[in-house]
Amino acid sequence: MSGDTQQRADGADRVRDVALLRAMLRVRRFEERCAELYQQEKIRGFLHLYIGEEAVAAGVLQALGAEDAVVATYREHGHALLRGVSARAIMAEMYGKQEGCSRGRGGSMHLFDVATRFYGGNAIVGGGLPIAAGLALADALQRRPRVTACFFGDGAVAEGEFHETLNLAALWRLPVLFCCENNLYAMGTALARAQAQTNLAIKAAAYGMPAWTVDGMDVIAVADAATRAVAAVRAGAGPFFLELRTYRFRPHSMFDPELYRAKAEVEEWKQRDPIAALTARLRGAGLVDDAALAAIERDAQAEIDDAVAFAEAGSWEPVAELTRFVYSGPASAGAHT
Amino acid sequence: MTSSASLSAPTTSAAPAAPLGPLSSAPLAPPSAGAAPPGVVRTTYRNAIREAIRAAMLADERVFLMGEDVGRYGGCYAVSKGLLEEFGPERIRDTPLSESAFVGAGIGAALGGMRPIVEVMTCNFSLLALDQIMNNAAALLHMSGGQCNVPLVIRMATGAGRQVAAQHSHSLEGWYAHIPGIRILAPATIEDARGMLGTALRDSDPVLIFEHATLYSLEGDLAADAGEVPIDRAAVRRPGSRVSLITYGGTLRKTLQAAEQLATSGIDAEVIDLRTLRPLDTPTILESVRKTHRAVIVDEGWRSGSLSAEISARITEGVFYELDAPVARVCSAEVPMPYPRHLEEAALPQAEAIVAAARATIGADG
Repeated sequence: MSGDTQQRADGADRVRDVALLRAMLRVRRFEERCAELYQQEKIRGFLHLYIGEEAVAAGVLQALGAEDAVVATYREHGHALLRGVSARAIMAEMYGKQEGCSRGRGGSMHLFDVATRFYGGNAIVGGGLPIAAGLALADALQRRPRVTACFFGDGAVAEGEFHETLNLAALWRLPVLFCCENNLYAMGTALARAQAQTNLAIKAAAYGMPAWTVDGMDVIAVADAATRAVAAVRAGAGPFFLELRTYRFRPHSMFDPELYRAKAEVEEWKQRDPIAALTARLRGAGLVDDAALAAIERDAQAEIDDAVAFAEAGSWEPVAELTRFVYSGPASAGAHT
Repeated sequence: MTSSASLSAPTTSAAPAAPLGPLSSAPLAPPSAGAAPPGVVRTTYRNAIREAIRAAMLADERVFLMGEDVGRYGGCYAVSKGLLEEFGPERIRDTPLSESAFVGAGIGAALGGMRPIVEVMTCNFSLLALDQIMNNAAALLHMSGGQCNVPLVIRMATGAGRQVAAQHSHSLEGWYAHIPGIRILAPATIEDARGMLGTALRDSDPVLIFEHATLYSLEGDLAADAGEVPIDRAAVRRPGSRVSLITYGGTLRKTLQAAEQLATSGIDAEVIDLRTLRPLDTPTILESVRKTHRAVIVDEGWRSGSLSAEISARITEGVFYELDAPVARVCSAEVPMPYPRHLEEAALPQAEAIVAAARATIGADG
């Protein structure tokens, strides 16, 4: 894909590119705060940061419309934020407060918001793919021109559900955009230690769908590829597969001593930070300056401060409501056992 | 959930469900020799399920069926025979042998506003979809704080008795009954085969229906206007006073046979058909045991950690001081199901063992 801003004179693209920078910075700053809050034990359990990979969510999600659906993984704070779930609701969810987007029941790994058609927050690797196929099947059966974007990592490629779902989606020509966030590690297992074939697009192509490999550190390349892929899926061409080559700058979770990769490798990838790269390009093109960047930072900080205040002020769900949301309808533990 | 844009939901699903009639408490009608009486049709368990699927699909455009060989083949047990011709390949969907993908797709389609019926060929194969059933179908409503209910029905064949050995014969419904978030049904009669599916499709949450494979060819009479039945209570299939025989699904008929044998020696047994394994209708169980003071649980699952163990515990918790004898259980032998007929029969609960267990509870085993 061409990501050369020098050749992009179109005004709409310029607006989009600045929006992409704003999107990535929002996610980066939000998660940096999350890491601090984790150290302060405000956020507990598992916390998987997306830092370094922001170009993928930012580039793909800008291509979707409000009626489309998103299925994501447990590393999904950025996806939820960019899909339109409020920073307040996400932060409150991480605090476990009932004002959270999943009423505090899910936490960091299980952000859900039906209003924005954000279907998780799925923490079984590969488990979200069949659900995405089903959401797309419902759209196909109801003749709705919608797209379901399904995010998963390179680790999911080793799961049977990946292969079953890609086949089913291609066989039934389901409107799914498969987005493989290949960050080279399934937790601590390097791709080359888990896959005989490390070119993941080849696997998808074998199931009979278009499959592109995209530089996942170049948000403009991601956005361009996703825009074209979404258009094809929406036009009824069946599923589409994007392998987005990216890198996670932080540990897998907050408990990861990172014994499996060299610090030099991490530093090398940090030189390709998608936010720094886009900033440099936009500066070079005269699309942002110090004042504009400061404003973006200020807005992000204000949004995050507000979200943290909201989460702090949130309330704990009464223990008496423990058995709600196991079955639909009124809470009643005894009636359902 | 997102509302359907182009498909019409039946008016009945928007309105509160119509009150369902009382469950039959009459003894199961033996197959009549001649023509069915007026208002009654002769049918089979298999045809009753097919009629339930047809009725649901005719009433609600959101309902569709998918699974392995449900279309051209007509269903592994011929349940869906003819439905492809009637409804077409969009609503009767043959799937690849990808249990996890098509069960998960059923979950996604349910989230997307459909009312899928997913057929899994046998209970043993459902283990390939266990991740989707347990980690997604059962958990999504809770994980999402009440946003993502999953109105999905999964049907599967269960149980032994056909000499199909250790990978096609097991009764795992008791395992599934362990999982909060799903409802487990076990239709043991033609009336329930006809009636449970429609009620299950109205449920906002996932429902698993376990159809015992030896029942598909069961013949009997069914009211011509038979329709939906409640799925939240057990049924007393044979009233009695001396001992409660508690069972479900494929062992109901064996248990009724045992009750008839007991009657010949003057022991009046009550037979409870659980019908719904989760949630269990504990009040009906306890009420029966309060009356008879003795309980025998008949469960084709393995004994250790079984549904029978759960029922026994509830009886102990609920009516311990009413008991005149320890709770007894007749379960499958703890062995993967063997192939030879004599060993399979020996592994399964049989009427003779039920009779012996019942007699033992009243000290009449001599």
